[in-house]
Amino acid sequence: MDVVDIARWQFGIITVYHFLFVPITIGLSAIVAAFETMWVRGGNPHYLRLAKFFGKLFLINFALGVVTGIVQEFQFGMNWSDYSRFVGDIFGAPLAIEGLLAFFLESTFLGLWIFGWDKLPRGLHAATMWMVHIGTLLSAYFILAANSWMQHPVGYAFNPETGRAELTDFWAVMFNKVQMVTFPHTVTAAYMTGGAFVLGVAMWLMTRRSTPEADRPLYRKAVRIGAVVTLVGALGVTVSGDLQGKVMTEVQPMKMAAAEALYETEQPADFSIFTIGSLDGEEEVFSVKIPNLLSFLAHNNLTGEVQGINELRAEYRETYGQDPGAKYYSPGDYTPIIPVTYWTFRIMIGLGAVAAAGALAFLWATRRERIPRGRAWVWLAVSMPLLPVAANSFGWIFTEMGRQPWAVFGLMTTELAVSPGVSVAEAWTSILTLTLIYAVLMVVEVGLMLHFIRKGADPFEEPPSPKLGEHSDEPLTFAY
Amino acid sequence: MELTTVWFILIAVLWIGYFVLEGFDFGVGILLPFLARNDTERRVMINTIGPVWDGNEVWVLVAGGATFAAFPEWYATLFSGFYLPLLLILLALIVRGVAFEYRHKHDRASWRGRWDKAIFWGSLLPAVLWGVAFANIVRGVPIDENKEYVGGFFDLLGPYALLGGLTTLGLFLTHGAVFVALKTDGDIRHRARDLGLVLGLATAALAVVFLVWTQAITGSLWSSALFVGAALALLGGLFATWKVREGWAFVGTFAAIGLAVAGLFVALFPDVMPSSLDPAWSLTTTNAAATDYTLTIMTWVAVIFTPLVLMYQGWTYWVFRKRISVHHIPAEAAATPPTAGQPTR
Repeated sequence: MDVVDIARWQFGIITVYHFLFVPITIGLSAIVAAFETMWVRGGNPHYLRLAKFFGKLFLINFALGVVTGIVQEFQFGMNWSDYSRFVGDIFGAPLAIEGLLAFFLESTFLGLWIFGWDKLPRGLHAATMWMVHIGTLLSAYFILAANSWMQHPVGYAFNPETGRAELTDFWAVMFNKVQMVTFPHTVTAAYMTGGAFVLGVAMWLMTRRSTPEADRPLYRKAVRIGAVVTLVGALGVTVSGDLQGKVMTEVQPMKMAAAEALYETEQPADFSIFTIGSLDGEEEVFSVKIPNLLSFLAHNNLTGEVQGINELRAEYRETYGQDPGAKYYSPGDYTPIIPVTYWTFRIMIGLGAVAAAGALAFLWATRRERIPRGRAWVWLAVSMPLLPVAANSFGWIFTEMGRQPWAVFGLMTTELAVSPGVSVAEAWTSILTLTLIYAVLMVVEVGLMLHFIRKGADPFEEPPSPKLGEHSDEPLTFAY
Repeated sequence: MELTTVWFILIAVLWIGYFVLEGFDFGVGILLPFLARNDTERRVMINTIGPVWDGNEVWVLVAGGATFAAFPEWYATLFSGFYLPLLLILLALIVRGVAFEYRHKHDRASWRGRWDKAIFWGSLLPAVLWGVAFANIVRGVPIDENKEYVGGFFDLLGPYALLGGLTTLGLFLTHGAVFVALKTDGDIRHRARDLGLVLGLATAALAVVFLVWTQAITGSLWSSALFVGAALALLGGLFATWKVREGWAFVGTFAAIGLAVAGLFVALFPDVMPSSLDPAWSLTTTNAAATDYTLTIMTWVAVIFTPLVLMYQGWTYWVFRKRISVHHIPAEAAATPPTAGQPTR
């Protein structure tokens, strides 16, 4: 492997890993803040217990999200320095703004939330978690604006003198039409992830034999709230995903064709649910299709034309010349790796749909004080948190690999983006050490999660209600 | 003033903010095995920085992001050129951050011991390597006409650079000891103060050599003034430590680090990364900068939001201003409170 391959693998590994934690952080921060707010306003001790229980799980998750985020920001310069030189004038700004507006907010207010139980008045304490949540949303907005620019560069001009892309319209970058659909899609997916996490964990605890009888209504409440959040999130994901498909057809038609493995232009175009056989356009052994659906996904009508890979490739060759780096992305130039885009697209949608159906099933099964019993329910509960997490990963793999061969669509290919000065040995050192440490931390993280899930929610304990600035000499309510 | 100069100053401010803040929590992390005598004391130390270390670390993320936005060429050359040291820093920051959050999750001594090692090494490596990196930036490294770093890993480990690493290590250790003395009570407070004095005197010697050497390489009148100011601040801080004026002692080490870093940036200006091969190939505030348009946008963002950040970060320090001593530490980790009616499996 050369540096391009290694750097791409590293980007894939550490980004997918980082994004396992991010949606849980976004979704769960809102849910924990809501639980605590409900306690502050209504005084029901159940909600404080839930806020503290899920808050603890949130922190275990958040720790890894934070530390893996540092790598995200540094690796553009380390592995992709020519990319950084080329786009820094545009791409750097959202990253810097993300740090200034979002990271400070998240880290500072989370510190206040963790240690502030005996130092802040109750309402203010709950507000700190809302601030954390706002921080996660701001963070998502700016980093997705940066990513959307790579999918659909706007608000820039190429400067031949400096040989780089330069910003001409900041607001065009901030309100990129790709961003306008990507941000809602990602954030609603994050709510879905948070909801499914709460649902799965609470369901498992509710039906567990050793759970105290008195606690079952507590978990039942969480199950139902989690299910509702999952369903509302799923609705948002569906609507925004549909809009995203139409924007994608417009600005990255090759990605749409690759998602469908559509080689020849079709009108009207069908959507295939799955295919057996090779996806190289030569033969198709068996495929289940829904007539006209792809036309609908692409254009909102049942008869629109959807361009195929072969036609688009010919177009790109004419516009951009021969693709110099085809060997890095796929056997054919200007084409992503079709089986990857085809399957990740379907798996993303499929897992999301199963999660939504699961949430609906749990809502039905817990109606009117019911507590569902049986192994199947437990298995479904355990898989609930994993379904959206996996769907998120497949969605990002689709988005990023579907853009290949481009790092910035139409402007810079991935092979030209890599750092010219980094040696193969350095790149290997980086990917191996990071992957190793990430693997170890994953084992530790999952171990801690399971440990604290098994313990269940702590009994209610009236927290102190201090005035701001007041200090007692009692032992701290919370200490590391 | 040119916008590029404004942004050079802002980036200097971000790095100063990073070193004066994260500097003491690096120090606390490295001193953990030496200053604390038992697990409760270790917890006292960790809890002095518990609510703030993460916010302190964000300064480096913003410094990195701002460099990317304002000086893309600087960001690209620096991060791809200093590849292995930065990788080490990243690995260190990863295990260190996780260690703070996970250490208290179990009571087992083996579990805590492992995370204590992670905190120690995760604090030590960056404390040294940031000094090494900055010394290299100031002195100049092999950069070719395409703005690419063409040296190797060991080119970054010259005597001047290593002295720079030792100096930041010494400064952060002193800063950390002074911070522990300021934020704790009881026996550990006295030990921290004594240790701070010893470390501070050794550091003062190291820092004087390093700063004089820097002055000889690339200094100006202004940088020398700042370096003298840093030395005086450090000595003042040590005097205050000796006089048991811990607040003033902390102000002293805080100012010493801030002034020293400011001096390094002044010595660097108008270069941002000088080339040791040919001065014409150096990266400067102009040839590494983003466009005026980008810098204008970024200036507005910085002007509006930086005061806000400073306000709420300052407020956090006020909320957690109280000293911590062993009797504040709950008997068991708060993560595992005694739970009546806890289900057994």
